[in-house]
Amino acid sequence: MKLINIDDNVQVEIVSFRGGRGISLKLRQLGLMPGDRIIVTKRAPFNGPLLVEASGRTIALGRGVAGKIEVKVCE
Amino acid sequence: MRVALIGQPNCGKSTLFNQVAGYKADTGNFPGTTVTFTESSVRVIGEKIDLVDLPGTYSLTASNLAEKEVIRYLSSNHVDVILNLVDASHLVQGLELTLELLELGKPLVVGMNMMDEAARMGITIDGPHLEQILGVPVLPLIASKGRGIKPLFTTVLDAGRNGNVVSRVPFKNQQVEEIILEMSKNLQDLKTDWDREALAIRLLEDGSELLNDSEFEYLDLKKDIETYTQQVTEQQGKTPSWVFSEERHALAQELTKQVMTRGEERVTWQTRADDILLHPFWGYVILLGILWAFFQAVYLTGSVIEGPLISLFDGMIANLSGFTGPGSFLTDILTGALQGIAGGVAIVLPYLMPFLFGMGFLEDVGYLPRLAFLMDTLMQKMGLHGKAIVPFILGYGCNVPAVMATRTLEDRRDRFLAATLSVMVPCAARIAVIFGLIAFYLGSKIALLIYIFNIIVIALTGRILSWRILKKSPGLILEVPPYRMPTLKTMLNKTWFRAKEFIIEAWPILIAGSIFLELAIRYNIAGFLNLIARPFTWVLGLPSAVGVPLIFGVLRKELSMIMLRQALNVTDISQALSPEQMITFTIFVVFYIPCLATLAALRKELNTRDMLIIAALTVVIAMATALVGRGLVIILTPFGVLF
Repeated sequence: MKLINIDDNVQVEIVSFRGGRGISLKLRQLGLMPGDRIIVTKRAPFNGPLLVEASGRTIALGRGVAGKIEVKVCE
Repeated sequence: MRVALIGQPNCGKSTLFNQVAGYKADTGNFPGTTVTFTESSVRVIGEKIDLVDLPGTYSLTASNLAEKEVIRYLSSNHVDVILNLVDASHLVQGLELTLELLELGKPLVVGMNMMDEAARMGITIDGPHLEQILGVPVLPLIASKGRGIKPLFTTVLDAGRNGNVVSRVPFKNQQVEEIILEMSKNLQDLKTDWDREALAIRLLEDGSELLNDSEFEYLDLKKDIETYTQQVTEQQGKTPSWVFSEERHALAQELTKQVMTRGEERVTWQTRADDILLHPFWGYVILLGILWAFFQAVYLTGSVIEGPLISLFDGMIANLSGFTGPGSFLTDILTGALQGIAGGVAIVLPYLMPFLFGMGFLEDVGYLPRLAFLMDTLMQKMGLHGKAIVPFILGYGCNVPAVMATRTLEDRRDRFLAATLSVMVPCAARIAVIFGLIAFYLGSKIALLIYIFNIIVIALTGRILSWRILKKSPGLILEVPPYRMPTLKTMLNKTWFRAKEFIIEAWPILIAGSIFLELAIRYNIAGFLNLIARPFTWVLGLPSAVGVPLIFGVLRKELSMIMLRQALNVTDISQALSPEQMITFTIFVVFYIPCLATLAALRKELNTRDMLIIAALTVVIAMATALVGRGLVIILTPFGVLF
């Protein structure tokens, strides 16, 4: 499942990043890695970006970026 | 002794630097405020050291120009001690960089900053334990309050004197570790300051980036690196860069588990504040409210100061000829000089100072990243993403920092587009024209319309440029830092730091320009300059005398306004220009060629070619929009909508 299709406040685990080197590098640098658990806490209206909580850090992700993050819902 | 200050964005490096060196670096609660490094000789505990404030970097692999700056610095200069600041409230991510720095093989000291914020979040860190595991000194620090600075620098000095280097934590992956060792043996003959294993890791991680730099460019290493990179990729099924960062990530998490305990979180107002400020509806209402209040405050403060100061200077200029003789050479020179001084004191600074103060406050509180979040959708429509809102907002103060701020954008394409659009934002100097001419003679409604017209033109330009000419933007990835309350002292220092740029660099040009204009009138050079500008002024239906103010406007935008009265030889501009001409003139001034300082910034951030392209583009846009504006005024005037 892609991150954009996940409901708010559901904990998910990152499975993989798709897309170019630039995006995956930037995400890795912010400390987001496959295996990490994240939660979408807010989203901006009109197809705006998502606000994601990852190990105490808040990160804003544009929809294009969120569409390239493959996740699975944690049990 | 040279000490390099390194840490992730927004972890307080510049705050520490300013505490030690006096206010010399720009700070802000926005990732990537420091886009270039500041070096300063400081005396700490009786010893002189060169302290270097590097731009924040998440890792040593460069994903934007600011980060590349760090690697370039570390590889090209001799650094005695690396002082690594870690945000205690974000330990895991911070440690990933620390582990990378350990690989460099240089003396390292870790400052665990923002201990107060971590405590509020219920986080306790076992510093001594971490020190024991990493093998390098770890000291607690609250840089914003100046606590822990002395012990930290005592340790840094010791580390520099001893020069003790702790070996890096070897990678768990044996095959990769072997390749690193083998490669470092092959690099033995290189003439470089680099630790060989460190260099091997860096070359594997982003070899091509490093190879383009001076020190390595002449070496025939490319082939070797490609072979090794290939070898790792085939063995592991992923690039070396992935292997390394996965290992560091895992290790940082393991370390964090060992040294950090998370108790009850005490901050709840932070999330509550975001529930309102980032609300899909109220967030925008508040955003508009904040911007409105901000501009209102700037305008009120500025206009209260401007009026009395202008009349003071006008009185001085009027009395001048009584002392130096009417029409004498000295009178002309002094008149010009006084007009230049008045332009700075009475017209620019009264608006610029409150603007910078307010801007700095919004930045330090941490509102700007939220603004980026809220505005992302709109910015996407212009072909950019939310992060580019910062150059735009800065642009309303001055286009120079706006152009410099484009450095935090990852993509060259984004930088070019953001720079092009942000130089079209009416800066404080152009506000002088919009307010001094339009609002003063035609009312604030028309001034507001000009602002709205400006935003529409910028949006359309962005849309057109990104539609065909430039490819699509990859999207927003931005850390949103916690809210922080800045101290008044920091705020005042910051305002002064940024205003100094105008005072030192721009003001002298303004004064020289005013003197030159007086002399140009005296010796009739003005006629010649007006002739050069005549093709433009003729098409726009403006009197030829506005040619000089327009040409001088390239030096400093406010000169267009200040010189207008002088050039038209009237005290009341409405006697010389019709409302239609005022609007046409103002629109042209708002869009045409950025000022000299902005051109220089464009050249530095992009290159000469792009600078020329942008300058030419702005002239085309200025001509087109001024004509559209003129047409609109002619069409709308009979209906009585405007005046």
